[in-house]
Amino acid sequence: MKVRDDGAMTGRLGIEKRSTLPEHEAVYGRLPDVGKRHGRNPGVLVDEVEKAGLRGRGGGWFPTHLKLRAVVNSSADRGRLARTRHPVVIANGMEGEPASSKDAVLLAHSPHLVLDGITVAARTIGATDAFIAVHRDSRLVPGLEAALAERDAAGIDPLTIRLVMPPARYVSSEESALSHWVGDGVATPVFPDRPFQRGAAGRPTLVQNVETLAHLALIARYGGAWFASTGTSNAPGTTLVTVGGAVHQSGVVEVPTGTTVDEIQRLCGGPAEGIRGYLTGGYGGGWVTADGFADVAWDPESVRAGGGVIGASLLWALGESVCPIDEMSRVSAWMAGESAGQCGPCMFGLPSIAEDVRALALRQAYGGDMRRLANRLSLVTNRGGCKHPDGVSRFVSTGLQAFASEVDAHLTGACSVASQRSTDPARQLPVPPARLALLDSSGRDFT
Amino acid sequence: MSDKKKTPPTLVLNPIMCDGRGMCHDAAPDLIDLDEWGYPLLPSHGLRAELSRAQMKAAEDATHACPVLALHIER
Repeated sequence: MKVRDDGAMTGRLGIEKRSTLPEHEAVYGRLPDVGKRHGRNPGVLVDEVEKAGLRGRGGGWFPTHLKLRAVVNSSADRGRLARTRHPVVIANGMEGEPASSKDAVLLAHSPHLVLDGITVAARTIGATDAFIAVHRDSRLVPGLEAALAERDAAGIDPLTIRLVMPPARYVSSEESALSHWVGDGVATPVFPDRPFQRGAAGRPTLVQNVETLAHLALIARYGGAWFASTGTSNAPGTTLVTVGGAVHQSGVVEVPTGTTVDEIQRLCGGPAEGIRGYLTGGYGGGWVTADGFADVAWDPESVRAGGGVIGASLLWALGESVCPIDEMSRVSAWMAGESAGQCGPCMFGLPSIAEDVRALALRQAYGGDMRRLANRLSLVTNRGGCKHPDGVSRFVSTGLQAFASEVDAHLTGACSVASQRSTDPARQLPVPPARLALLDSSGRDFT
Repeated sequence: MSDKKKTPPTLVLNPIMCDGRGMCHDAAPDLIDLDEWGYPLLPSHGLRAELSRAQMKAAEDATHACPVLALHIER
């Protein structure tokens, strides 16, 4: 963390305002050469990344140095003549979570840090193609094109970074779907190969969230020990958090990992009404009740111990003027529609689950319906080619658990917020209109 | 992943290839159940199920019955 002239703390990632390339270099300095990969040995940056303890900020919080090494090994295993031996790097800026905006804020204000990260990642794994992916029709496109043009003119990136825009669908941001799109123009999840094994066009592919890459660019400049000088020992550094719902100023903040939920909430103006619970991680994340959660530290292990999932670092405060069952109903119906339709339990199970939740929200469900719902929630887990159905199942089952008294009320035809329901849309989880974008190659934007 | 450890034979389902035709269940009803939407449920309720010696014959029958090659046995 840096301290500004006026004494206010600013974050590491520069999300406060948009930086041009000269402004970016004035703050962070030139991007150093991090050293390239030789055969089975990744560039030396990988050792700093391990020392830093950097973990992926896209949702999985997987150790980044392991992912870098896995891609290099997968590439080295192929032999010199294999046409698929050269790795690909893809920066994932898709941010499919409707309630999340941390990646958009980062890409809008600090695009050069992310692009620096792509360049050092590519060098470290010996990639010969580099991409940055955002949703088609994303408002970020003009800004990213301008940033890429600035770098082109300055000749910063030895490897040209190409902007690609897969269809705007929830599952198209899943990492195997993203590498599938880049390789074949089909934005559906792949099973069972992971991208590091066989990704874009069968090549070893590194898919990293854009925030992870921004942290990587900082490690390249200042080293692993510096990176780990803040945050928790299990997940060092700072993290972006999208804070929304019943807080006075919803938005994105950067905090050291381990900052308590209460402190994060206070950075956003504090609760705007009584808080009933929180949605953590995203729409495939987990609900928790408000009891005691304000004291939980925001890092993967502590959030899990508190009953939630840190995931894509969404913290959504559910106020007392919003019915949790309504929220679960609207979101689960939307998530059902976002299935790629590849696996039966997802294609048929999610709409059935959404229907059961809807009956409950309408106060038309009975005890037997709840038993059927519980059975369906377990039937769709661990049976998909990706984790989309597992996420919906967790979203609904943790919600039923956290708001058990509200479930009971609905089963008897009552709803505790019916009389004082909020009409403020900002208090409700955002649900985009049903998306019609196809997942296949129509509109593929590169060759 | 060169894991030399001896693991029991494992029945593996590829859920993306599976069309839910149910022929695995017809061929091996005691090993593979169908869910309410007609898709196969392995004994593990997951995508992989370790097989006992007694289950091997049924697993092979189910694998051979699948018209879209969504099942295989990892040995």
